[in-house]
Amino acid sequence: MSNTLLDNVNEKLKAKFGEGILSAEMHYDFPVFTIRKDIIHDVIKFLKEDEELAFGFLTTMCGLHYPDNAGHELGVMYQLHNMPKNYRIRLKTFFAISDPQIPTITDLYATANWMERQEFDFFGIIFKGHPNLKRILNMDEMTYHPMRKEYPVEDGTREDKDDKMFGR
Amino acid sequence: MSKEKNTNTDIIEKEYTTLNLGPTHPATHGIFQNVLKMDGELIVEGESTVGYIHRAFEKIAERRPYYQITVLTDRLNYCSSPINNLGWHMTVEKLLKIEIPKRVQYLRVIIMELARISDHIICNSVIGVDTGAMTGFLYIFQQRESIYDIFEELCGARLTTNIGRIGGLERDFSPKAWALIDKFLAEFPAKLKEFENLLMRNRIFMDRTIKCGPISAEMALEYGFTGPNLRAAGVDYDVRVMNPYCSYEEFEFTVPVGTQGDTYDRFMVREEEMWQSLSIIKQAIEKVKKEPAGVYHADVPEFFLPPKEEVYNNMEALIYHFKIVMGETDVPVGEVYHCVEGGNGELGYYLISDGGRAPSRMHIRRPCFIYYQAYTEMIKGALLSDAILTMSSMNVIAGELDA
Repeated sequence: MSNTLLDNVNEKLKAKFGEGILSAEMHYDFPVFTIRKDIIHDVIKFLKEDEELAFGFLTTMCGLHYPDNAGHELGVMYQLHNMPKNYRIRLKTFFAISDPQIPTITDLYATANWMERQEFDFFGIIFKGHPNLKRILNMDEMTYHPMRKEYPVEDGTREDKDDKMFGR
Repeated sequence: MSKEKNTNTDIIEKEYTTLNLGPTHPATHGIFQNVLKMDGELIVEGESTVGYIHRAFEKIAERRPYYQITVLTDRLNYCSSPINNLGWHMTVEKLLKIEIPKRVQYLRVIIMELARISDHIICNSVIGVDTGAMTGFLYIFQQRESIYDIFEELCGARLTTNIGRIGGLERDFSPKAWALIDKFLAEFPAKLKEFENLLMRNRIFMDRTIKCGPISAEMALEYGFTGPNLRAAGVDYDVRVMNPYCSYEEFEFTVPVGTQGDTYDRFMVREEEMWQSLSIIKQAIEKVKKEPAGVYHADVPEFFLPPKEEVYNNMEALIYHFKIVMGETDVPVGEVYHCVEGGNGELGYYLISDGGRAPSRMHIRRPCFIYYQAYTEMIKGALLSDAILTMSSMNVIAGELDA
């Protein structure tokens, strides 16, 4: 079923947005689409309002950071759900860490409010148009975005925990 | 005369009071802060501050081997940690494509449904306490104690259980555990009925909770509600039915739904879910009896820690033990999302593996965090005492909220 969903959504998105859909593939049981950053809001709006697909529920979203992907270091993952038909898909979009701006989807799903604040807090992703974009779990005085990969978990002054034994 | 009165009120400038509800307020059952703008007893608007017990689980998880992340999940919704633990194991098993024997799946169902009952006991009895009825809370908590005794027998811990392992359970249910489960199943229905008799048709309780903190189905979906809170609003979404895991598709149970989405409906949905969980446990016990005895894990020596006595006496077991503990087993590259029906909704784990010993990224869909943002919306225009009741009936758990 999931494969047909992948093809179905892919066809519709390709017809509407053409080259903006960078990839469409299955990851385990999930159809995953990579979308160009500038059309992400339009794509989600289209998926929500399309009569057949009608992805009316935003399950979750989270930030991603791949320091090695030059020009596309940061990303956001969205997971949409059509509850009556039980369609689930995942969308991803990537952009440069030097310009971490992406349109908000709080106008489409109210629940995106805190989710976006959380990803702003941890990754420094700026959701343009968000009504109240400030830190949520960390303290306001914090000056960095701790989930980015350049911040190590371990205290840098510790010498007994070297990466050879305890690292990844 | 009336005109004159009007001009008088115009002169008097209306002032609102700012009230800090929390962070440490005995009625909030955890560390929640809400800055409320009050017009007398009425709430005009509010703003939630969260993050008081934030522990950066998602960051810590990026440096921990998969089996060590289980203890982090304990501390999410600590009222039903076994569901979080097993949800995490199932996520990793999905990544590793491990097939779990049927018997283990049924044993897990028993554990998860016991955890669901203990979670709902806490929430519902606390709703009683917040309406002024302490008795029901004291009566039913004895049953929660019995469930924790079962967990203690199964895994050695009571609250933060760290139950199960990737690939199965750490040990089989002991005869004592089965005896405790049988004892619980025999005692619980009468106790739950007694608890319901105290509250369910109690005029004071009904007056207090009906139309208190209601939310419509549309609003609930808009705000990402899941679990009992969404079902109380009238949407029959249950992960156990929609995306069955752990062989839930083989069980007969109904998904209770409410109509108003108010505190009373949330209470009633949880009550009925406890009865359903009870029936699921009974069915699971019957199913376990039909499976080959003694199977408590899948045959995956690369990921399932061998028993200690074998590690000391058997070369192969020692090698596997060493490889697992030092993280030298290859994990496939990939990304998975797996969700389970937690105590308060869809608990999802999103996991990206780049092949290393720890996840490259782990994100937890915490139902509390997502639906708690509707709280200030729900209490607008309500009385302060209703706001307290709304919060306890939403079952907001600080550990899950802040992760």
